[in-house]
Amino acid sequence: MSQTNAPAFSELARFASLLKDFTSASDTGLRLDAFRQRGLERATRLGFPTTSQEEWRYTNLEPVARLPFQPAPVARGALPVAAELGKYFTGGAAARRLVFVDGAYAPSLSSPGPALAGLKLGNIAQHGVSVADCLDRCAGAYENFMGALNSAFFTDGAYISAETGVVVPEPIQLLFISTRAGAGFTYQPRNWILAAANARLAVIESYVSLDAGAYVTNAMTEVVAGAGAQVEHVRLQNESLEAFHFGGLHATLGRHTRFNSHSISLGARLARQDLRAVFAEAGGYALFNGLYLTQGSQLTDHHTLMDHAKPHCESHEYYHGILDDRSKGVFNGKIIVRLDAQKTDAKQTNRNLLLSDQAVIDTKPQLEIFADDVKCTHGATVGQLDEDSVFYLRSRGIGAVEARRMLIHAFARAVIQRVETECLRSDLDRLILAKLGGGKDEHE
Amino acid sequence: MLEIKNLTAGVEGKSILKGIDLRVKAGEVHAIMGPNGSGKSTLASVLAGRAGYAVTAGEVQFNGLDLLAMKPEERAREGVFLAFQYPVEIPGVNGAYFLKAALNAIRKHRGEEPLDAMDFLALVKAKMKVLELSQDLLNRPVNEGFSGGEKKRNEVFQMAVLEPKLAILDETDSGLDIDALRIVAGGVNKLRGPKNAQIVITHYQRLLDYIVPDFVHVLYNGRIIKSGGKELALVLEKEGYDRIIHEQKQVKTEPALAI
Repeated sequence: MSQTNAPAFSELARFASLLKDFTSASDTGLRLDAFRQRGLERATRLGFPTTSQEEWRYTNLEPVARLPFQPAPVARGALPVAAELGKYFTGGAAARRLVFVDGAYAPSLSSPGPALAGLKLGNIAQHGVSVADCLDRCAGAYENFMGALNSAFFTDGAYISAETGVVVPEPIQLLFISTRAGAGFTYQPRNWILAAANARLAVIESYVSLDAGAYVTNAMTEVVAGAGAQVEHVRLQNESLEAFHFGGLHATLGRHTRFNSHSISLGARLARQDLRAVFAEAGGYALFNGLYLTQGSQLTDHHTLMDHAKPHCESHEYYHGILDDRSKGVFNGKIIVRLDAQKTDAKQTNRNLLLSDQAVIDTKPQLEIFADDVKCTHGATVGQLDEDSVFYLRSRGIGAVEARRMLIHAFARAVIQRVETECLRSDLDRLILAKLGGGKDEHE
Repeated sequence: MLEIKNLTAGVEGKSILKGIDLRVKAGEVHAIMGPNGSGKSTLASVLAGRAGYAVTAGEVQFNGLDLLAMKPEERAREGVFLAFQYPVEIPGVNGAYFLKAALNAIRKHRGEEPLDAMDFLALVKAKMKVLELSQDLLNRPVNEGFSGGEKKRNEVFQMAVLEPKLAILDETDSGLDIDALRIVAGGVNKLRGPKNAQIVITHYQRLLDYIVPDFVHVLYNGRIIKSGGKELALVLEKEGYDRIIHEQKQVKTEPALAI
């Protein structure tokens, strides 16, 4: 497709014809038309985000607005060589892995692992009928502009379903690779993670680039976890520094469900994560844990929402930011405690380490509490490295650069330590350490 | 080993050290005593290279090197060690990792091979025993959640591992009960040898019952106003600082009387 034909992201009025072409070209036979149509209508109603909208006040999408919106599958080039992808693999040798290249499932690069009774693991096309069942209970109504755009134009993605009591011992990695980074090329995966009662699984989504350019990833993941299920979800955003990344996560939690979300944001010129957990039943637990590292002129934005709709639920939220150069971070942590949700215990912390005078963080807790017997705490800090600690390390012979690196790493590691799946935790720790310029093993 | 000449230093325009002269030779232990606010901790900080202190006059030679021109880590690698009065808690930095990094930085500077994990562990095990420290302290973040006594013992433990040429102990006795004091002093005494020296800064004579100094200096108002042998500490214990301070004032006024 040529760039001249594609409307800019902000030219929503021209999207309808695009959707028409798109649907006939890419529909996987899921009777998606109505769903997509609703998505586009919602996107149109919301309008392209501007900083005059409260939800986008600190994140200016102007550079995205001007990009040509090119959501259809790009003509496929040669698949990357499997051996080159090893560095992006995580989860240990036994990990189950689905690889998506430029928005399309790549079976030859994937290793979904041995069959496990009660586990369905594959891409949307493979599980079309089951996916169609998901459409009705998906997050639709909550989606922001980018989420709605995903509903309208998503191409492929993972479908993971664990039946009652099924424990998946190996982590599942969803690896999204962009190899073609043309301006406005827009990859829109949509993933469903369904854990029935007492099922247990861990999923990591990794987003990486083999090509640099102003492409856009607009991913949406929906999690529905039943009573007593335990789900750990990691999103590792490590895209090229010219790319734009939008990630949605919508989790609906059942009775006594335990849900851990970890958002690790390292790459992209501009990244925006919208994470939401809804306690649909009593007694659930949710962890929102996150780390963002920014440098140069990167912008990373996390908008989270803990929706305490039912009583006796507990949520913990810890976000750490490390910001260097002229980069910018945004954290908006919303907690809603609805009238029904007595005995809610919600805790939110956002800590930021500014490594330069020009780095900026906009942090905002947003608590809306309608119940009267609840415990809600929140705190945000913005600071620099503790010079007393730096001096202490240096006074023992450790060089200034190394001393700072150790302290920054410790700050990042506080987040990584909360990842419960051991092999994911150690891989993430190594990745962060390498990113911070170290490389020695700290775990002897 | 250490030669301090007319050291004058202060913080934020306020003069604290007003001309310190001190010579420490290898094998010697010097005690520096003085009332609160006399400049003891400032002296320790200036020698270790803590930021925020301005040296306005004087010089410090350490084994022929200009100590004040060196960065804190360079001083440490040359063999200067400061046992902190208030050791810093560093959440998230593993104690063993930290100490191994420090030891290997010093070894590298000396042209020695870095210690691997096994050799390092063997070394620290032996040293921890001397200081009656539990090994799990090493697997915890540096000083985090340590009791006051554990922090001080951890300082001396680090000193035992790093084997400095010159150790400066800044009020290492403060906050220690008598048992902990005995353990800490035992650790310090084990490190005493003909090739290294120690400067023990303390407010009380008590510590000097266990770490017996060769010389005692009284620091008052930024100057060393009296120096002597270990017996000087006993005089101070008996008569307090007041008498010596008073004597000093009289000495000062003598020339005026002579006119």
